[in-house]
Parts: sequence; C-alpha cells; structure tokens
Amino acid sequence: MLLSETPLAGALLCRADDALILGHRLSEWTGHAPLLEEELALANIALDLIGQARALYTEAGAITGHGEDQLAYLRDAPQWRNALIMELQNGDFAFTIARLAFVSAYAVLFWQAATGSSHDGIAAIAAKAVKEVEYHHRHAAEWLIRLGDGTDESHRRAQEAVDALWPYTGELFAAEDAALVGNGVIPDPSLLRPAWESAVATTLAQATLRRPEDGWMQSGGRVGRHTEHLGHLLAELQFMQRAYPGATW
Amino acid sequence: MVADERLARARAAAASVPDPEIPALTIDDLGMLHDVALAGDVVEVAITPSYLGCPATVPIAQDVTAALARAGFADARVRTVLAPAWSSDRITPEGRRKLAESGIAPPDRARRQPACPLCGSGETELISAFGATPCKALHRCLACREPFEAFKCH
Repeated sequence: MLLSETPLAGALLCRADDALILGHRLSEWTGHAPLLEEELALANIALDLIGQARALYTEAGAITGHGEDQLAYLRDAPQWRNALIMELQNGDFAFTIARLAFVSAYAVLFWQAATGSSHDGIAAIAAKAVKEVEYHHRHAAEWLIRLGDGTDESHRRAQEAVDALWPYTGELFAAEDAALVGNGVIPDPSLLRPAWESAVATTLAQATLRRPEDGWMQSGGRVGRHTEHLGHLLAELQFMQRAYPGATW
Repeated sequence: MVADERLARARAAAASVPDPEIPALTIDDLGMLHDVALAGDVVEVAITPSYLGCPATVPIAQDVTAALARAGFADARVRTVLAPAWSSDRITPEGRRKLAESGIAPPDRARRQPACPLCGSGETELISAFGATPCKALHRCLACREPFEAFKCH
C-alpha cells in the first residue's frame, strides 16, 4: 500500500500501531491465560487497546486518505511504526505482565500529557484513553508485585522478564517531530522519562525486583525497522484481507 | 412549535434504545446519548461511547437508526463523539436505580469497594477487576456471600 505520511500522520500511526500490536499480542492469551479472571482481564485490555487504535487510525487516515481497515490490514512490516517492545512474543505470563506494566506506565503519562494537545482529535482520544490505561497499569503493576514478591519461581521469571525487556524501553522516549512538539500537538516523550522511571522504580521495589542497569537500547520500530516477530504477527492479523481482499461480514 | 414537537419525539425515540449489554438501562440512562438535533428532515444523533473499544457501540448506532425509523424518521445520522469523554458520573439517577435493581452495584467514587446490591452490606471484596463487559468488575459480598457485578468508576 502506498502511504505518504505527514509528520502528524506518522505520529498518530506510532500510537495507533503501539495500541493495535500490543492489543493483538494480549488477545493471543485468549484460551491460554493461567486463570479465568486473567483471561477476562487480558481480553478486556486488548479490547480497550484495539478501540484506541481504531480511533487513532481514523485520525491518521483522515490525513493519508485511508480507512482504518486499510491501515491495519494492508501495510507491510516496514510501514509499521510501533515500538519494538509491543511486537515481542508474549513469552510466559511474567513477560506479558512486565511488558504491560512498563508500557502502560508510559501510556498513562503520554495520554495524560496529550489531553492538553492543541489538536482537538488527539485531545479527545487522550481524555478517553488515559482512563483506560490507568486501569491497565494498576492491574499490571499489582500482578508484577505479586509475581516478583511471590515464590522463588515467579520471582526468577519476573526478574528475567524485566531484564529482557529493559533494552526495549528506551525507544518509548524517542524524539518526536520538533514542530509537532513545539506546537503542542504531541507531548515530548523525552520529558515523560523521569516520571516513568519513578513509577517503574516504585513497582519494582515493591516487587522486590532489581532495576536493570541502563545499557544498549534497541530501536528501529518507529522508522519501520522491526524484529522478525512482527512479520509473523501480521501474517495472522492480516490474513483475511490479504487472502480475500475487501471481505466483509 | 411543530419542529419542537418533532425534536422531542425524535429524542424520545433515540433515548428509548436499550443498551445491548445491559438491556435494563437505556442509552439515555447511561448518559451515552449526547445530542439529538433536527436538520430539515434529517435527525442527527451524537453518541458518546463508554469505552473506545466497547463492542456495543456499533449495535447501538444501528438500534438508534431503527428506533427513529419506527418513530417516522427515515433519515437518521448517528455519529460518535469522543469529547467530552464519557464518564460513569453521567449515569442518571434513574439509571443508577435500574442498575441496583438488576443486581449491578452502581459506580460509587466515595467507596473503596461497592456495597452489595443484594443485601446492602458494605463488606465486599473484588474478585476480578475485569468483568463480562468493559464497564463492569466482579465482586463478592462478605456478608451474604453472593457474587455480584459492579459498574466501574470511569
């Protein structure tokens, strides 16, 4: 699909792709969650994220001239703008929860800041999204504390998840288009970092988990350079529209 | 005057649409009917969704169109508005009464845990922060031991 992006469309696609890819990953737990309550929780969170993605694709598509379905189903991996942390495979429950805790802590700060956006559409989506992601964050943080401060096995797995995810957290704070930030359209992600560090440190301390040292940080997702996992995910996500173009039901 | 009557009729028809997930309540009870306006022969309805991903949003739009058609308004346009963001504070007193009657604890920001809608006890606990719909959570009463749903404060 041909896509000529403006900076605003690009910034909207970053957020939309983050939400859809993480939502899709969480939906993969349906039928596999360790508890019935978690089955409900992960599916509900996935639904919220996919709803956020739809609203954001609608805004982005108004600029690029595409419908939300075209943006979700007809772009190839290099056209996706999600941060790499969203597309990593679910791993075990600890990995899924640790990722959700990190990403939702970021999403709360991002959407809080975006409620003051000078762009009406972004401000309106932010005002709704922030309430949803706050709920997700509370749930994920509670679980990370329970796993970290749980049995030796759950502690070990939670620490391994935190360590493995850490190099993917830096990309969340990558610089945005200077004009968009300057005009108050999009929050400056780098300014969110201290509050994110503090929120994550609080959760990790309660979970008796060690905060990893900052080292090499992975990046590339925002410019379409993805891990091998995204292609596999898209193969499933996009199958129907690729095999039966224009199919509806 | 005639226009006022027609608008009132259109509004009543849209307001009567039950929520697909909690049919005891109408979308008006839930505070989701944002606006009804007449533009010539066209009825323009604005719905404010509870959660961005709530699957009930699409059937609600279809049901509103159908209810207006039954009331004699063949041409209806239903749009979704996100601002102002829907909040559980928009549920009307009538809506709160119907929720409690249906065994669903109405949202209550003043309480850490909702009161049991069956026996009234304030001694309840959370079973699951997520329920059968995005807007509800599962609780249990520690007095009468019955599980119940509670509408989330949102």
